[in-house]
Amino acid sequence: MSDGVLSAHLILSVILFAIGGIGLLVRRNPLIMIMCVELMLNAVNLSFVTFGRMLDDVAGQVIVFFVLVVAAAEVVVGLGLVVAMARRKPGATADDLQALRG
Amino acid sequence: METTVFFICALVVLAGGIGVVVSRNPVHSALSLIATLFGMAVLFLNLGAQLLAVVQVIVYTGAIVVLILFVMMLLGVDREEDLETEPLKGQRLLAILVGLFMVGIVTAIVMIGGVDAVSGAKAVTAPLAEGAENIAQIGRQLFTNYVFALEITAGLLTIAVVGAVILARRPKDLQPLPEPESMTDMGDDPLTTVQEGH
Repeated sequence: MSDGVLSAHLILSVILFAIGGIGLLVRRNPLIMIMCVELMLNAVNLSFVTFGRMLDDVAGQVIVFFVLVVAAAEVVVGLGLVVAMARRKPGATADDLQALRG
Repeated sequence: METTVFFICALVVLAGGIGVVVSRNPVHSALSLIATLFGMAVLFLNLGAQLLAVVQVIVYTGAIVVLILFVMMLLGVDREEDLETEPLKGQRLLAILVGLFMVGIVTAIVMIGGVDAVSGAKAVTAPLAEGAENIAQIGRQLFTNYVFALEITAGLLTIAVVGAVILARRPKDLQPLPEPESMTDMGDDPLTTVQEGH
């Protein structure tokens, strides 16, 4: 693969990361916020694989595995929080989470 | 060939990503997320990471998105949201500016540096192998150089499962969240007016 296309992967990755970040900042539905975090993690995965390819090193692909596991753990805990929150107040948004407010 | 595949997948990935953020219905967001993840799997194939492409489809679309959709159906939050009102003034503009800033910086680095933008010694861990040897290589690395990280990962998953069980358990004395009265004496906060509209 030519160097230009590999660099384009990096640019695609940062655009996707920025889309996920904007969604995380703007949206208030906790489920959509979790999905935006998934987008950001995927963007990072793409950049890891691209870096691995650029440096001819397998570590880039190995680290993607750990990112996948962390993403799965994060989704499990995040959805647990969403369920606990929705049980107390149906239709709650992230702005309604004030139980820990000091 | 690889270039064509890249551009088609990039289009799918970006359209899906934008769909996740701008969809009013959370179910549409989840379906857009599936499109993004599939596009990403094809990009992994294109980069020669066959195992990661398969794992991506199985773990993300097969487990994570299904879990998200399941919770959505369980809670019945699949109704349209009002995206017209902006609870915090200027929040969207600022968020988009931050995003553009990030994209601008990395694009500038990649454009100026080209392939030299990624510095460092080549093939430190092990040189990339092609095809089936690649899978064996990843497995070998996971159980030799990265074995401690693998062990900690196992601990992390256990903690996540226990935490999810504790979080999702129904407590005996379930109290509904108190209505945020304290916010009314904070003056004409835009948040208060929006919350009263629920």
